[in-house]
Amino acid sequence: MIEILTTGLPNTVQDLGRPGHLALGVSHGGAMDKQALAIANLMLGNDPSAGGIEVALHPFRLRAHIDTAVAITGADCAVSIGDRPCPPWWAMTIRAGETLVLEAPRAGARSYIAFAGGIDLPPVMGSRATDVKGGFGGFAGRGLSRGDRLALKPAQCRLPAGGIGAALEERRGAADALASAIELRVLPAAEFDAFTPEAQAAFTGSEWRITNDANRMGYRLAGETLSLLSPLELLSHGIVPGTVQVPPSGQPIIQLADANTCGGYPKIATVIEADLWRLAQAPVGARLRFSAVSIEASTEALRANRQQSHDFIAARNLMAGEQRAP
Amino acid sequence: MVVGTPHISLAGSGALLLDGMQGAFNDATQELVWAVANAALSLEGVREAVPGMNNLLVVFDPLATDAHSVGDQLMSLWSATDAHPVTGTHHTIPVHYGGARGEDLTGWAAHCGLSVDETVRRHAAARYTVAAIGAMPGFPYLSGLDPLLAWARRSTPRLKVAEGAVIIGGAQAGIMPMTAPSGWHIIGHTDVKLFKAEAELPVLLRPGDKIRFAIAGIEA
Repeated sequence: MIEILTTGLPNTVQDLGRPGHLALGVSHGGAMDKQALAIANLMLGNDPSAGGIEVALHPFRLRAHIDTAVAITGADCAVSIGDRPCPPWWAMTIRAGETLVLEAPRAGARSYIAFAGGIDLPPVMGSRATDVKGGFGGFAGRGLSRGDRLALKPAQCRLPAGGIGAALEERRGAADALASAIELRVLPAAEFDAFTPEAQAAFTGSEWRITNDANRMGYRLAGETLSLLSPLELLSHGIVPGTVQVPPSGQPIIQLADANTCGGYPKIATVIEADLWRLAQAPVGARLRFSAVSIEASTEALRANRQQSHDFIAARNLMAGEQRAP
Repeated sequence: MVVGTPHISLAGSGALLLDGMQGAFNDATQELVWAVANAALSLEGVREAVPGMNNLLVVFDPLATDAHSVGDQLMSLWSATDAHPVTGTHHTIPVHYGGARGEDLTGWAAHCGLSVDETVRRHAAARYTVAAIGAMPGFPYLSGLDPLLAWARRSTPRLKVAEGAVIIGGAQAGIMPMTAPSGWHIIGHTDVKLFKAEAELPVLLRPGDKIRFAIAGIEA
């Protein structure tokens, strides 16, 4: 069991989400940076979809009440376990009574904590992800509070002394989000042609800032005003995470993991799935720049993204095999 | 049945939005949306089919199939699928109209140029169809509102509309399955629960279901 010592309500139990229920109005949800949580789980020998904690508000502290192992990925923040510092993207043992501390990120926005075996909560509609809007899943359908105690599934996890780490090529250089604009690849969406040529040019040609109105449902952006050629009345339609809507204010909204499943605003573009983690790690105030890609390039990026998890599993299995050898 | 050629657009590399809209919302088009949604779930690589209002979002794995192939198949389904009217379940929803939990009732009646009683009578006399479920878990988009009762949405949405609120927005009617923001007008409330996450069937209403509102009380 673990006990939450310092937290904020935006911190929630998440897994890889509950796809398959959009037609019931239920969002995909799950970790905003799914790759980070998946890799954290894989480092501990868990299924990549095991339940962990998404930390969106730092600092965060928890105490272990049993000997176990944790992996911390996502944002680049100072981490300590007991009196030992823990490098970024690292898995280490934690003993009963020790405290895990995640300080405010130097770069990035969301940290992920996986536990050997995963958090033991009953899946709701196939997932342990917290759906805050619907008030279900995760821990009592809400964000974590001080004093909450979470059970862990029993697990056998042997880590080398000092732990193990993961390094992902594409995460390098993505570190300092505030120094330069974050590049997001987009595909044009249904109403792209309904915007003025000036709006189309400004969308990819100018920078956007993430406003304070940014959470798991979506980010409101500030920048140039995007205008339609003529007013448009749309009937409600299904939308996916990554959809960039433009309400009458002309300031875009990017819909994310916990977005409503249907919307009615005109859609100028969709951020490709392989780049959604970049948004998850973009803090309030970060600048964004959109660049159009082909559908082939978008699919290729997704393929490369998934291949990384496969490569990681293969590498880990190889290492585990070598450890067992006489 | 005569329906036009739909417009298909990309919603990222893993989804397509088929828009069958021919101007205003049309019940015949909606029946085709439901039928094509069912059929689309059998297509290779397709993961989800999400009926909207006269449109359909189809989510697929772009590494198992591709947008061109899914798009072509959706076009074929749209022209070849028979839209049998769905024989959905009939539900009667008791409504307490007006009062503190139906604060827009008198404003709504005034907007319609009708008495409160006549507005309520018309709302309860109509037969509604669940066109789609979406936005939030279990929220029904209901068609069938008496055109005299239509009222454009609020210019500023309320940040909290309570679970059970019976609402109207434009030419549509709805019921809030949970407390959430909404720009629709609140005309009453019901105690019927539309969403229970832990239940075997978490959502009470399905596309094609028929709804009738019963007057449980009027408080002007």
